[in-house]
Amino acid sequence: MATLNIEIDGKPLQVESGDTIMDAANQAGIPIPHFCYHKKLSIAANCRMCLVQVEKAPKPLPACATPVTDGMKVYTRSDYAIQAQKSVMEFLLINHPLDCPICDQGGECTLQDLAVGYGGSSSRYQEIKRVVREKNLGPLIATDMTRCIHCSRCVRFGQEIAGVMELGMAGRGEHTEVMPFLETQVASELSGNVIDLCPVGALTSKPFRYSARTWELSRRPSISPHDSLGSNIEVHVKDNKVMRVLPRENEDVNECWLSDRDRFSYEGLNTAERLTWPMIKQNGQWIETDWQSALQFVADRLKTFAPEDIGALSTPYRTAEELFLLQKLMRGMGSGNVDHRLRHSDFSLDALATGSFWLGMPVTYMSRLNRMLVVGSNLRKDHPLMAHRIRESVRWYGELNLINAHEDEFLGKVNAKRIVPPSQLAAALAGVCIALAELKKQPVPPVAAAYRAHGGLVDDIARRMAASLAGGETRAVFLGNMAQHHPTSAQIHALAQEVAQLAGASFGVLGEAANSVGAMAVGAVPHHGPLRSAAIQGRNAAEMLAGSLKAYLLLAVEAELDTHDPVTALKSIEGAEFVVVMSPYKGKSLDYADVLLPIAPWTETSGTFINTEGRVQGFSAVVRPLGETRPAWKVLRVLGNLLGLAGFDHNDSKDVLRDALGDTPTGNVQAYLCNEISGVAAAPAAPGPGLERVAEVPIYQTDAVVRRSPSLQRTLDAALPVARMHSQLIARLGLTENGRVSVRQTGSALTLKVERDDHLPDNCIRVPCGHPLTAHLGPMFGPITAEPV
Amino acid sequence: MTLALPSVKVCSWTQDFDAPASLATYVAHGGYQALRRVITEKIPGDDIIAQLKLSALRGRGGAGFPTGLKWSFMPRAFPGDKYIVCNSDEGEPGTFKDRDILRYNPHQLIEGMAIAGYVLGAKVGYNYIHGEIFEIYQIFERALNEAREAGYLGDNLFGTDFSFQLHAHHGYGAYICGEETALLESIEGKKGQPRFKPPFPASFGLYGKPTTINNTETLASVPWIVQHGGQAFLELGKPNNGGPKLFSVSGHVNKPGNYEVRLGTPFSELLEMAGGVRNGHRLKAVIPGGSSAPVLPAGIMMDCTMDFDSIAKAGSMLGSGAVIVMDETVCMVRALERLAYFYFEESCGQCTPCREGTGWMYRVIQRIEHGQGRPEDLDLLNSVAGKIGGHTICALGDAAAMPVQSFLKHFGDEFAYHVEHKRCMV
Repeated sequence: MATLNIEIDGKPLQVESGDTIMDAANQAGIPIPHFCYHKKLSIAANCRMCLVQVEKAPKPLPACATPVTDGMKVYTRSDYAIQAQKSVMEFLLINHPLDCPICDQGGECTLQDLAVGYGGSSSRYQEIKRVVREKNLGPLIATDMTRCIHCSRCVRFGQEIAGVMELGMAGRGEHTEVMPFLETQVASELSGNVIDLCPVGALTSKPFRYSARTWELSRRPSISPHDSLGSNIEVHVKDNKVMRVLPRENEDVNECWLSDRDRFSYEGLNTAERLTWPMIKQNGQWIETDWQSALQFVADRLKTFAPEDIGALSTPYRTAEELFLLQKLMRGMGSGNVDHRLRHSDFSLDALATGSFWLGMPVTYMSRLNRMLVVGSNLRKDHPLMAHRIRESVRWYGELNLINAHEDEFLGKVNAKRIVPPSQLAAALAGVCIALAELKKQPVPPVAAAYRAHGGLVDDIARRMAASLAGGETRAVFLGNMAQHHPTSAQIHALAQEVAQLAGASFGVLGEAANSVGAMAVGAVPHHGPLRSAAIQGRNAAEMLAGSLKAYLLLAVEAELDTHDPVTALKSIEGAEFVVVMSPYKGKSLDYADVLLPIAPWTETSGTFINTEGRVQGFSAVVRPLGETRPAWKVLRVLGNLLGLAGFDHNDSKDVLRDALGDTPTGNVQAYLCNEISGVAAAPAAPGPGLERVAEVPIYQTDAVVRRSPSLQRTLDAALPVARMHSQLIARLGLTENGRVSVRQTGSALTLKVERDDHLPDNCIRVPCGHPLTAHLGPMFGPITAEPV
Repeated sequence: MTLALPSVKVCSWTQDFDAPASLATYVAHGGYQALRRVITEKIPGDDIIAQLKLSALRGRGGAGFPTGLKWSFMPRAFPGDKYIVCNSDEGEPGTFKDRDILRYNPHQLIEGMAIAGYVLGAKVGYNYIHGEIFEIYQIFERALNEAREAGYLGDNLFGTDFSFQLHAHHGYGAYICGEETALLESIEGKKGQPRFKPPFPASFGLYGKPTTINNTETLASVPWIVQHGGQAFLELGKPNNGGPKLFSVSGHVNKPGNYEVRLGTPFSELLEMAGGVRNGHRLKAVIPGGSSAPVLPAGIMMDCTMDFDSIAKAGSMLGSGAVIVMDETVCMVRALERLAYFYFEESCGQCTPCREGTGWMYRVIQRIEHGQGRPEDLDLLNSVAGKIGGHTICALGDAAAMPVQSFLKHFGDEFAYHVEHKRCMV
C-alpha cells in the first residue's frame, strides 16, 4: 500500500492508497455529513449527502465512494460543497413528514441533526407529500415508512451481515419502498440492528415505542448476560427502570452489533413475575418475610443436613462472584456438590480436564478463518454474532464444514456437511479424523481407529472435509452446544481434538452461556477450581439431580427448563426435604421450593462475566434492585456469615472477584483455559434400533430473563415446539404432515404437531427442550417413541 | 463489402433488400469478410484500435466518447474472463435507430461484436435489447442462430483457436437500464440501478470482470471500418466526427424516420430529407439529440450542422441523434410536462436528488400547465433542476434537468404567460 499525500480543508494528510475521502476525513477527524455510508457496510453512495468539492473535478463527488489520489485537494466546507450538501438536504426533506415531535427517533436522528446545519428554515415544496404504507416487520421492529430516506442501510445489513436479505428496495423512483419480500416478519436473529442503522425514524424499536424520549434516558454500560460472546451493551434507564438496550461498540467482541436476544431481553426484567420479597413456605402457604428471618431460617435448616446431602446448582448465566461464593459456601460447609452444567450429560471428562473449555482463540480470529469444522452446533441461534463472524470468514473464501444432527440454514456457503443422528456425531467425526490421517499420511489416532468398525465412515464427504481442513492457513475446529450436551460429549471432544491436531487447527469449544468459562474458572464444578481440595469430593449436576440429595440450593435454576432431563430433575427436587431457590422470578419454583430469595438480575448487581475467549468483563448495576431484591453475592456472603464460615467478609463484589481470581485486573483466567485432554478411551456405539430425540434449546428459551421477554416470545423463533421429522419417518409411522403425533420418552406422553424436515436423519424426531410445553418429556437425547394420535 | 463507396450508408444499407435481416443477404454483399480476415490473418488488436482512433468513430449511444479510446482502456492482457456488451436498450423518447439496425441489419452488429470480442479478448458477448421491442429481440435471436449455424459464432471460428459466444438479453423496458452500469446489473439478474463509478466497467464490469460496452450503431460500424479503413470512415464525416450517423427524425415533419447522413450535414438538409415541417407550418424548436438534450429554438438550429461539435457549440448535444421537431403549434409547457413526466417515471429512485427532484419538477410543471402556476415557480424550477444536475450517481439526473433548464431558457416567456393567463400562448 502506497502512502498518498492529500489535503482536506487545507489540512495536509497522509493516507493509504485505496482509502476513500471519507476514510481520510474520519482519520483526520473532519466530519462529513452522511446517511447511507456506514463503516461496516458496502458503499452505496446513494444519499449524496457527503458530496464534497474536489479540485479539478467537474462536479461535487461523494466522499464515501471517491478513492483518494495523490495530491488530491478536497474541500468539505467550501461554498461549493455546502451548496451541494444543502441541495441534497432540501430533497431529503421535501417528502419527509417532519413529524419529529411524535417520532421515537427524535433527539437521536441523523436527519434531524444534519437538518439543523444544512436544512432551510422553511420548505419551498408546496406539493403533496408522499405517504408510504406501513410494513409488518414482526414484534421487534416498528415501521414508519413514510419517514424513510432510502439510504438502503437496512437492506445492505441483511445482505452483508445478517446473511439473509429479508428487506429489499421495491419499486422505482419516488415509489421506491423498503419492504419485506413476504409481508410476514423479519426473522433474522440479528434483525434489531436495523433499528440502530436506520438514520431516521422509519425503523424503530417496537417494544420501546413511545415509552421515553432519548434525552430522558441515562446511558449505563453493561455486559449482556446471554450468549457466551458477552456483547458490550449500553443500558438506557429512566426512573430506575431499564427502558432499552443498545450495543456498546467493541470491535473485539460484538463490533457495533447486537443480537435480538441481547437487545430485547430487558423486557423480561420488568414483568409482574418478579420476586420482590423473601418468602418462606409454611404449612403449604407462602409467607412474605424479611431478609434476616429468611436467611436465618435457611442457615438453621442447612445446618441440619450432612454436607454431602446438600447440593448447589446454578445456571451458567450468573456472575463469577455469585458462582464463586456459591461454591465457597458449599466447600466451606464441607461439600463439593456444586455445578452449573445443568444441560450436560457426560461428565467423564471431569477426571481428565485440566481447565475451562474455551474458544481456543480470540473472538476476532473467527472472522478470518480459512478452514472451519463445526460439530453439533445450532450456530445462528446459539451464537448469533459468532455465526456472523464465521459468515464473514466464509465470505472471505473460508470453507465451513458442518457435522450436525439437523440442518438449519447457516445463511452462508457450506463446503461439506454431514447430518447424522446425535448418537453418531462421534462416529462422523471419527470418519473425518481417519480420512485426514490418511490424507496426511499420519497414523490414525487410536480413539478414531476404534470407530472404523462402528460407523466411522470414511466416504467422499469425510474426505472432502479432510481435504478442506488440510488446506488454508488459519483453521479451527469448534464444538457447539449439542456436542457439549450430548451423552457422548467426551468422545466428541477427544475426536475433535485429534482432528484439530492433525489439521494443525485451533480447537475451541463455543461457550454455552454468558459465564460458562467464568463458572469453571471460579470452581463452580465439583472437580476443579481454586478452592477445590481432594479431601472434599463432590457430585456433578447429573448426579445431584438423580435423586439422592436431601437439600438443594438453586441459584436462578428453573429445573423444568434448565436441565438435561427435566423429568428426573423435577422428581429429585420435589422429593428433597429442603429446597432454597434464589431467583429474580417466582416461576414454577413456587411449587417445589421451601424458601424463595429474591436476587438481582444482572442489571441490578455488579459482577463479572468471563466470555468464551476468556475475556473478563466486569459491570456495575444500572438500576437499583427491585423491591427487596438483593444482589446474590450479598445474599451468599450473609448466608456464609450465618453459617459461621470463614472468609465471608467481602465488602464489595470486587473483593469477591479478587478472592476468586487473584489480584491482577483480569485475574489469572488465562491460566485456567485449556481444552486439551488426554486419556479418553474410545467407546464407539452403534445407533440404537429405535428413534432418537434431537433437542436444542430454542433461541428465546435460554435463560429466565429471555423467557419472560414478551416481544421475543412473539417472534417466529419462539413459536410453539413441534415434532420435526423426515418425510420417510412420517410415512413409516403412519403420521401426516401438519397432523398430530404423540411422543413419549421417560416422562409423560406429549401431543405435538408434525412438521416435515427432510434434512433430519430419518430415525430422529426433533423436539426442542427448554420449553414449558416439552418439559415433561425427558432427556434431550436418547430413545423416543412416537405414535399417531 | 457492405456498401459500395462512396455511399454514406454504413449501417442502413440493407433496408432496400427483400430479406434485409437474412444472413444470405448480408453474406452476399460481403458480410463477415472483415471478421474472417481479422481472425484468419490474426490482425493485431492494436492495429484495429488504431484504425478506430483514426476513424474518429464516436459512441453513437449519446455521449459521443471516442470508441478507439474506450477500447484501449480495456485490460486486454487480463487473463480471466472479459466481456463485450452491446447496449441496444434504446429507451429515450425520440430515439429509434438501433431497433432498425437490429431489424434490418442484425448481422453487421453480430460481426462487429465478434470483432470486438477478438480485439478485446472477450470470449462472450451480450446484446441487451430494450424490453419494449420484443419482436426485434426475436429477429435478433433468429440472426444469432443463423450466425451460429453458419459458423460465425461459436468455438474455433474459421478453424482458428478463437471462440466467441454471443447472447441476446432482453430487458423489461426500464429506461434506466440503458445506463451502462444499470444494464450490467440487469444482465446479472439484479434490479437495474446504476453503479457508482469508479470502478469503471473496463476494470469492474459484468460479473466484476473487465467489460466494454458500446452502442448498437457503434459496434455495427466496426466491420465497415475494418473493411475500408479508418480514413475512409473519417472522410464520411468531418474531423473529430468520423463517419455517417443515423438520425431518428420525429415530430412535426412530413416523413419521420431514420436517415443515415454524414456527420456535418446541415440541419436544414436533414429536415428537407424528412419532408420538411408538416402542413407548411413554421419550425419552432428542435431537440437535436433525444429527449434529454437541451432544446434549441428554430433560429439557432437552422444554423447548425449535424455533428457532435456543432450541436455542442450551440448549447445542446447530438446525443443519440434523435431529432425531435416541433412546429409552431406546440405548447412548450405541455411538451415539457410530458418530458418531465418521463424522467419522473423512469428515475430508478436510488439516489436522492433524482428520486425526489424529478417528481417535484414534474408536479410544478403540471401545475403551470393546468393553470395553477405561481410567479415564483420558474425560478424554483430552475433552481431544482440545478440542484439535481451533477449531484447524482448516473446521468439520468442531468438528463432530467437539462430539458427543464433549456425550455425555461429559450421559452421562458411561454411559461410566464401560462402562469399569468392560466392558458397556452399558442
